[in-house]
Amino acid sequence: MFEIVIISGKGGTGKTTVAASIAVLEKDNSVIADCDVDAANMHLLLKPDRSKKEKYFSGKTAVIHANNCTACGKCAEVCEFDAVLVKDGIYSIDPFFCEGCGYCARVCPDNAIEMLDADSGYLFESVTRIGSPMAHARLHPAADNSGKLVAEVKNRAKRMAAESAKEYIIVDGAPGIGCPVISSLAGASYVILVTEPSTAALHDLKRLVALLQKFKLKAGCLINKAELHPEMVQQIIQYLEKEKIDLLGILPFDQAFPDAIAAAKAVVETNEHMKKLMASIWENTKSKLKAV
Amino acid sequence: MHINLKVRPMDKNRTYRIAVASGKGGTGKTLVATNLADMWSVDRELLLVDLDVEEPNDALFLSVVPEPAQTQFKMIPEWNSDRCTLCDICTEVCNFNAIARMGEYIIVFEELCHSCYACSGLCPTDALPMKPRRMGELQIAKREQFYFIEGRLDIGQEQAVPMIRKVIQTVDKRQDIPDLQLFDCPPGTSCPVVNAVHTADLVILVTEPTAFGLNDLQLAVETMRSMNKEMGVVINRDGIGDDAVQRWCDASGIEVIATIPYDSQLAYAYAKGKLSWKTNSRLREALEEIIAYVSEKMKTHV
Repeated sequence: MFEIVIISGKGGTGKTTVAASIAVLEKDNSVIADCDVDAANMHLLLKPDRSKKEKYFSGKTAVIHANNCTACGKCAEVCEFDAVLVKDGIYSIDPFFCEGCGYCARVCPDNAIEMLDADSGYLFESVTRIGSPMAHARLHPAADNSGKLVAEVKNRAKRMAAESAKEYIIVDGAPGIGCPVISSLAGASYVILVTEPSTAALHDLKRLVALLQKFKLKAGCLINKAELHPEMVQQIIQYLEKEKIDLLGILPFDQAFPDAIAAAKAVVETNEHMKKLMASIWENTKSKLKAV
Repeated sequence: MHINLKVRPMDKNRTYRIAVASGKGGTGKTLVATNLADMWSVDRELLLVDLDVEEPNDALFLSVVPEPAQTQFKMIPEWNSDRCTLCDICTEVCNFNAIARMGEYIIVFEELCHSCYACSGLCPTDALPMKPRRMGELQIAKREQFYFIEGRLDIGQEQAVPMIRKVIQTVDKRQDIPDLQLFDCPPGTSCPVVNAVHTADLVILVTEPTAFGLNDLQLAVETMRSMNKEMGVVINRDGIGDDAVQRWCDASGIEVIATIPYDSQLAYAYAKGKLSWKTNSRLREALEEIIAYVSEKMKTHV
């Protein structure tokens, strides 16, 4: 089983478009994991049926029971997250700021603070419209995304891949370099970096590459939207050579991509030329992967 | 009655804070924030803060010379074996599984630690004093009426929130920075964004007219509504998709403040790391609409 993680550093470079395309090309032999749980988009293209749904709880949130509270202020004193609010002498917890550490509940002399499970969203196991299994999630707005949910999605994808004897897990990752990304990298066989020739995307790619090097992960890069800044494509290629990152392919800046999204399809289903390009990128990826 | 100075001040009327956010990444937050800040600073003093601490990009577009970077720390408990009686209170109180006992040793997992101080404060023998650990850097720059602060998380650090909070605390504390403040936020709808927009008086959500843009805008709007934030939308790259975003905003009672048409010259300038408000009249018009909208909001802000 190979886990292919698709990330970018900068958002909007085309992660989901690439992941959906690979999922379609490899539909008989892959499971999809949408690990951009904050702003998941894969469901818009692959229409998972959400046949299995579970609630996801992440950590705890404090609640002050006003009846028991004597307004001693000890909770506010110990809270490092400024989550204790006082208005007209009434104490309450701001759930957006509460990290669920429980320090307040432990120091409260009146047992007025209860730690409740934080209902953070849903986990889904699905079959997509292309017939492949998919693990995904829906985080409640403003809920805590500690990377734990990413790990939960990946664990389900792994189990589904084992049960249905699929060779590939296609992981659509989050932007950035923080915990959701680090969590999506755990257990990765190979990382596909999707970038574009822009100053900002290259800056972000470099930070992501430094992160991958910390974890000694093998990676290849796909340069999307090449016509955006053609001179910079060369600069990215040189950078990839220097860092020993495989160049997997180059995709054009083309209206076919937004058109495919508008049609709720992967671009390999709507455009023959893009299908050829993506197929070659995926073949490249597989040969690099198996050489690891 | 006990008066606690650590309780968050509810009164922050001196400043006007605008958060530029989006659910989806890559919709144009940085384009809007940097161009808006640079253009507006011709007329008045303002502060731009780059809170996308995982991937801060604003500085790439700005001709500012930063002051020397300030190292930022978060507090992590450090085990003192001499004082420890192995009572296990610390491992029991830690809700993040960041402390474990291995035989006669206490191990602290730094990346899991949320710096809540519970283990340290509740240790009966003071065997877990909190010690500073580096998490990133903060940079400050100033050019005439334009002030800029950037938070930058060290590579390999998992938690963006402590860094975001540190940057906002710095903005809150400093007396020498302008009242008008623009926060360029991280993408998403979870904890980093919640922390970045929490103190904002107005949120500008930047989106694009695609199904992805609309889906993530809907999530972002839900997030902002749950936090009772006042908000408006800017549609970037108008013309690449359809009018579903505009129609949804109209139907949901959310004002579309401005629309920036897709323009290959604008995309090229952005790719090169250049600001475009001086050369691109369509962008300038959109920014003028944003400034007019915000100025109106500021008048009624008490």
